[in-house]
Amino acid sequence: MFQLKNANLGYKQTSVLRNISLKINSGERVALVGESGAGKSTLLLALQAQMKNEAALIPQDLGLVNNLSVFHNIYIGRLNSYSSVYNLLNLAWPQRREVGKIRPLVDRLGLEENLFKPTGELSGGQQQRTAICRAIFQGGDAIIGDEPVSAVDQHMANIIMETLVEKFMTVILAMHDVDLAIKFSTRIIGIKDSAICFDQSTINLTRKDLDFLYKN
Amino acid sequence: MGQSFFKPDSVISRPQNTSMVRISLVFVGVAIFCLYFADISITTHDPWLEVDRMIRGVFTPDFLATSAIGDALLKTVSFALIGVAMGAVAGFLLAQMFHFRVVRLLCSFVRSIHELFWALIFLQMLGLTPLTGILAIALPYSGICAKVYSETLDEAQTNALQTVPYGSSIISIFFYVRLPDVWTHIVNYTTYRFECGLRSSAVLGFIGLPTLGYYLETAFNEGNYSEASALLITFYVLIATIRYWLRPKLIGFYLMFAPFLLGGGADIQVGNIIRFLTFDIVPAPLRGSSLLDSASWVDFFYWAQTLINSQAFPGMIATVLLTQIALVVTGFLSLAFFPLISDKFFGKYGRMIGHLFLVIMRSTPEFILAYIFLQFWGPSMLPAIVALSLHNGAIIGHLMGRYSNEISLRPDHAKAINLYGFEILPRLYGQFLAFLFYRWEVIMRETAILGILGIATLGFYVDSALADIRLDRALFFIVITASLNVGIDSLSRYIRQRLRLSRTVQNYSS
Repeated sequence: MFQLKNANLGYKQTSVLRNISLKINSGERVALVGESGAGKSTLLLALQAQMKNEAALIPQDLGLVNNLSVFHNIYIGRLNSYSSVYNLLNLAWPQRREVGKIRPLVDRLGLEENLFKPTGELSGGQQQRTAICRAIFQGGDAIIGDEPVSAVDQHMANIIMETLVEKFMTVILAMHDVDLAIKFSTRIIGIKDSAICFDQSTINLTRKDLDFLYKN
Repeated sequence: MGQSFFKPDSVISRPQNTSMVRISLVFVGVAIFCLYFADISITTHDPWLEVDRMIRGVFTPDFLATSAIGDALLKTVSFALIGVAMGAVAGFLLAQMFHFRVVRLLCSFVRSIHELFWALIFLQMLGLTPLTGILAIALPYSGICAKVYSETLDEAQTNALQTVPYGSSIISIFFYVRLPDVWTHIVNYTTYRFECGLRSSAVLGFIGLPTLGYYLETAFNEGNYSEASALLITFYVLIATIRYWLRPKLIGFYLMFAPFLLGGGADIQVGNIIRFLTFDIVPAPLRGSSLLDSASWVDFFYWAQTLINSQAFPGMIATVLLTQIALVVTGFLSLAFFPLISDKFFGKYGRMIGHLFLVIMRSTPEFILAYIFLQFWGPSMLPAIVALSLHNGAIIGHLMGRYSNEISLRPDHAKAINLYGFEILPRLYGQFLAFLFYRWEVIMRETAILGILGIATLGFYVDSALADIRLDRALFFIVITASLNVGIDSLSRYIRQRLRLSRTVQNYSS
């Protein structure tokens, strides 16, 4: 469902990744690993550009509207499913129907007490969970996430990962936690020195196999 | 190494003039030159006689002098509320179309004409009706709001846009993503505009609408200074307490009642409107003749040339002279005023007095200040210069004072005049010039309007033409005034860009 062939990826003139060829099939759970700055985000953006209308996105900066409540930020995930009039109505007076749909999600990720607080007043971890809820609420077959569990504790990270693999058929996440990546993915792609230098099924993979990615 | 000790004298001893200092000196030079041609004489017989009575009035405010005080304030607030609300809504809609050049030009045109000129125009069309006052505020305010809202929206954070699902409507995206980010700023700015609207509304009383200015003028004419002082004091209290009574949630409630508080007025005659638009404002030589008739166009050019030579040109000269002098005096006063509210120079109680003084000066519209000084000194440029620079100096001084409080100094910093000259002023000077240049166009707009009080700026010729019921001439002068304002606005923008003065300060100073 995603495909890149001999692509040079990067911001403007400087290409961060060179000569990338990659194919990801529907149903795969892919973890991108590698040092920060290696080019994981760049690769994710390229994949997302291909799949604009099919994949939900959790960008690294989360893309929240910080003056809006958690509820409204999550609701943004389905702005395209309703008429503008209904959207505006729901902006002014949160509709019981929508609150009913969103409440189970926030309960599961521990945001229930903050449902109507502006996200600007929340902690980094709470903001990250809001962005995840938004992506889940948007739904669809695939999710692309840039380190979506970097600001939450181990326990919550496990809950989030379980939820994501349960709700989305195809999952593509940049991960900083290698153990978590091994635990939840079916395929691991390692990036180093502007190139993909590792691409294997996760079966029988251990942490040691990936250590070289983080060494100079 | 040794060579560097033997630099030529000119390199060592002459301090480098920065471009900011140079431009300041040019403006001071121009102002001194203008002063030579300006009429700043005192024409009243005994200027201090009235001052004595007036000061006595200030200290004996008579809040019971007339039952009209409450009525005057209610009407002033009602006109401001409805006018600013309409202006803000229209401005918000126009901001969405601001990428069209024609919208930008239209907005810049309506805001370059002062509220009082608009009021004078609508007075001819609609008579002395509430609608005249409302439109006089709403129209120029929609122009300025459109500009500021559009710039604010352009600066909204857009990183949430990439997460919005594909196929969401533009309207939904606007209200869920773009608007929330800048909403607080828009609310704050609109509140600030409302404060300006209160001043505009008060001044509209001078042309006969039932707002504060009307009662103030009456009190002054009757020499009833205790009543005038009571009117002004309640007005200050009203402005100083805005944030306590102007709650976003109460605005809908206020707006429901405001229309019933405006008072009645003459009936609006459709015939008047039609005659105004199709006959009165058409230049006399073109009236009733075919637009293809070349003879009437020759007459028109002769008409325009005569008007320019005999009235518009002298009016423009006076307007520019007065503006340039007032601008520089404003600058000096701002530099003198800002320490009054700065924690670098005064303690808590000293600053309170400073705040009181600056609040009074910036809450009193230039027009009212000029009117008061005119009573002392008679119609020359002097009262206008003093009024314009006190009001604008207080505004800029207030903004600079707030900025100066954010400066952190090293523990062993200099004291008093050295602190001012070496630590504070150099850090604030860029801000100061930015404020002053933003204020330039405002000062010119006010300068023109002060003509209504008898100072020979462009407003004087507008007012005389209206008194003679020559509306075509009045409109001609108003258009010239507007063009002059647009010109100053572009010149100011050019200088600000050349000096790379920051853009963020503009909203609360224009």
